[in-house]
Amino acid sequence: MVDIEKANATVVERMMEARPVVTGVAKALDVIPGMRENLLLHAGPPVTWERMAGPMKGAMVGALMFEGKAKSWEEAEGLLTSGKVTFEPCHHHSCTGPMAGVISPSMLVYIVENKTHGNKAYSNLNEGRGKVLRMGAYSPDVLECLHWINEVYGPLVGKALELMGGLDLRVLLGKALHMGDDGHNRLDAASLFYTTLLAPSVVRAAPNAETAAETIRFMGDNALTTLNQTMAGCKTMTDAGHNVEGSTIVTVMARNGTDFGIRVSGLGDQWFTGPAGHVKALYFPGFSEKDANPDIGDSTITETAGIGGFAMAAAPAIVTFISGKPQDAIDTTLDMYEITYAEHKYFTIPALDFRGTPTGIDIRKVIEKGILPRVNTGVAHKDPGVGQVGAGVVTPPANIFEEALIAFAQRYGYE
Amino acid sequence: MTVIKTEIRRGAYFDSAVLMKLQRSLLELPGVQDTGVVMGTDSNKDLLEHIHLLSPEAATARPDDLIIVVSAEDAAAASAAVGKVDELLAARRPSEDTTRRPKSTEQAFKMLPEAGWILISVAGRYAAAVARQALRDGKHVFLFSDNVLVEEEIALKQQASAAGLLVMGPDCGTALIGGIGLGFANQVRRGPIGVVAAAGTGLQHVTARIHQLGGGITHGIGTGGRDLSEKVGAVTFRQALDLLSRDPQTKVIVLVSKPPAPGVAEEVLKLARQAGKPVVVNFIARANSATRLDNLYFVNTLDAAAELAVELAEKGTGEAEPELGLERFAPGQKYLRGLYSGGTLAYEAQHILTGYLPRVYANAPINKELKMPNANISQEHCIVDLGEDEFTQGRLHPMMDNDLRIRRLLEEADDPSVAVIMLDVVIGFGSHPDPASELAPAIEKARAKAQAAGRFLEVAAVVTGTDTDPQVLQSQIDQLKAAGVWVSTSNEAVVRYVGRLLRALEGAAMVKSPFKPVDLASLEKPLAAVNVGLESFAENLAAQGAPVVQVDWRPPAGGNERLAAILERMKQS
Repeated sequence: MVDIEKANATVVERMMEARPVVTGVAKALDVIPGMRENLLLHAGPPVTWERMAGPMKGAMVGALMFEGKAKSWEEAEGLLTSGKVTFEPCHHHSCTGPMAGVISPSMLVYIVENKTHGNKAYSNLNEGRGKVLRMGAYSPDVLECLHWINEVYGPLVGKALELMGGLDLRVLLGKALHMGDDGHNRLDAASLFYTTLLAPSVVRAAPNAETAAETIRFMGDNALTTLNQTMAGCKTMTDAGHNVEGSTIVTVMARNGTDFGIRVSGLGDQWFTGPAGHVKALYFPGFSEKDANPDIGDSTITETAGIGGFAMAAAPAIVTFISGKPQDAIDTTLDMYEITYAEHKYFTIPALDFRGTPTGIDIRKVIEKGILPRVNTGVAHKDPGVGQVGAGVVTPPANIFEEALIAFAQRYGYE
Repeated sequence: MTVIKTEIRRGAYFDSAVLMKLQRSLLELPGVQDTGVVMGTDSNKDLLEHIHLLSPEAATARPDDLIIVVSAEDAAAASAAVGKVDELLAARRPSEDTTRRPKSTEQAFKMLPEAGWILISVAGRYAAAVARQALRDGKHVFLFSDNVLVEEEIALKQQASAAGLLVMGPDCGTALIGGIGLGFANQVRRGPIGVVAAAGTGLQHVTARIHQLGGGITHGIGTGGRDLSEKVGAVTFRQALDLLSRDPQTKVIVLVSKPPAPGVAEEVLKLARQAGKPVVVNFIARANSATRLDNLYFVNTLDAAAELAVELAEKGTGEAEPELGLERFAPGQKYLRGLYSGGTLAYEAQHILTGYLPRVYANAPINKELKMPNANISQEHCIVDLGEDEFTQGRLHPMMDNDLRIRRLLEEADDPSVAVIMLDVVIGFGSHPDPASELAPAIEKARAKAQAAGRFLEVAAVVTGTDTDPQVLQSQIDQLKAAGVWVSTSNEAVVRYVGRLLRALEGAAMVKSPFKPVDLASLEKPLAAVNVGLESFAENLAAQGAPVVQVDWRPPAGGNERLAAILERMKQS
């Protein structure tokens, strides 16, 4: 018999001791392991074109237009269904992408390195809220913004990051949790703080004042400027704890808009999937629940690493998404202690007397107590081309934890 | 010599208020003179420099790095202090109020770390698993649930007793721990009486009655009705008895049960004999062969148990236990040889000894299986009535003629396995004019023989007679005492003394508790508990001022048996 407790202790220790630093920006094709010219990466577990959610289809079409490989939906669909362009999960390539999570070969990506264990992860650059590629929009203005990000903003931010010798994400997030962020849906404090830290280097690296001003303004305006770096940082944390023999700790939670998938440290790279849930959300004016696509995106890597919905007690402002009270935020975090293995050493919550955030989802506890992980998330329109329609909270389907537990029992001889 | 130790932790952010608190805790550690725990910003580094704690190492720190500097009397104190940092940081006290209902016992115990108890009243089929987890967490269990399989009860009690924990129940309705009532219990004052009960209302009635009579309770420990069955083997009952025996606050113990399995009752009573304090036994409807056996007092009703316990607690037993002086005996000395002249005295002696020794042979035995094959050849423990016909043919009765007894006495003194010789000296009209004048020198001789062989021979004698008898009672007593004989005018006193002595010599007769002792302190500290099931149990505890957390409990794995079974196996490995 394996020593589950020991294995789990190892996993959470590695997850917490991982120290992700965003070191720079580079072209996806140049840095992402296994990236190819005709490959698109996407959020969540593997999915076929037939089963693929509207917003993800939209984002893939938009990405192929951005790459100059297609000019129309039909053309793009032809490439994707004929196999001329293939698509694979971000998580198969040390990446994470929010919402549709589509990363194409020439997109710039952040490089995040775990300075403790040396592993790296990547994520694309955040475009802001609303009508954006990751929400399935692919209109000319969306593509224009993407080009500006890839040609002006990204290279400058990359240089600035290099100039300042990288930026420690664990420290950034630790502080942001003390300033009302949850580290997933609310990153206002982290993004402002990040902007402040980066601004001097941006100015030094910028070709002219106007570019510097435009870049700093874009960073400062976007409350999600740090989402993608945070996700890649969390990925380096959970990857540091992945593949530990005998561990029941979840190391990936991800959704593709159709399925919700998890991976478990002691069960290697096997996905356990079930239907992605409907988000309990507040909607932007003019939209309602019937417009919403089911749960989508790799951003649940934050909850997997012990922040996001799990750190909701740090971010009482978020409860407006579910018309709740601040006490609900505290209760959510307290509930997550029921299903996690440890309390985070570096991410703490003032409202809970600086108790560490609930860290390391243990499939045993999820099943035993019947409590599912709480996820804070944005909501995309179910149709391609529209974009974000709201934000709220959601849980994964229960069956994926059950199946994982049974697989674990079979593999390790508990059944 | 002041030593400065510095540790830098890269990328470890802590709030400054948290760090200031940590700094204060570090200063309280032995040998620490000064300390600075700050994030490595320039202004913080200036601060350290100002108080001469900025080591070259600390100067290299960046704003995202945590600097820990300790100056101490010596290197060991400095290292010890730095080594304490993680522990101190983790010592955050969860500031939740106990009105929140966690969904698991695990979180409940985190909310109320001082809780040493769990009360379980969920459906029987789930109760054992909840109890098992609580035992793993090191908690005593009050298990009200019924319909728990006896196999589960056995396993739980095995787990508990190996860990020095109590499982009261299943089907345990009541307990009083340190003045706090669990389950169904009365408001009973504290006092010197401890109760162990395998009967819920029995415990309530006895403790309430003790209160009515002005007495009070240390602890009232319930065991569940099945505890004294053959299968369960009185695990909790014996643990509780052992606990109360060790408790200096408990002066008198009361045992209450419906009739236990006979073998189990024997085991319990053996342990009770060693309690070192009076034990009042009320095994309802069990016929008592005696009303008293050393420290055991047998009664037939709950009321009588309460009354006697209060009386014993108030007045004591009024007796001092005689010293046994075991060290005087040589190894291998363990048997009794009774050399009686009076048949009835010999018969009563055998009867009383059944409470002490497994077998006492005799030529006139109380049951025929114990008949000596040959009255002239002693075996193991035996009592010989030298007044029996087989000895008196052609010879005077031993009350008149001491020769036969003296010869036998000297023979027994040569037997290295003999520890005690017990005799009667019956005086009065018709008896020898001065039996002690012959017996005492013979006894001295016998003892001298044993002593020469490196042994100690105890001789105990009962003298029957009066001060106006021709032989004069006191004169007989004095002569015997002068020869070193343990003398009493009470046959019972002599036999009980001898019985105790032989039991003690036999060592094996002392039951060693096979369990890890329950820590007394765990019952003495203010009771705090986690409650799973009936909410009224939590409300009752709160009403008594005991901190309690109610668990919002649901069946594990939502009642899915396959998954629940997997989880249980994972816990057991």
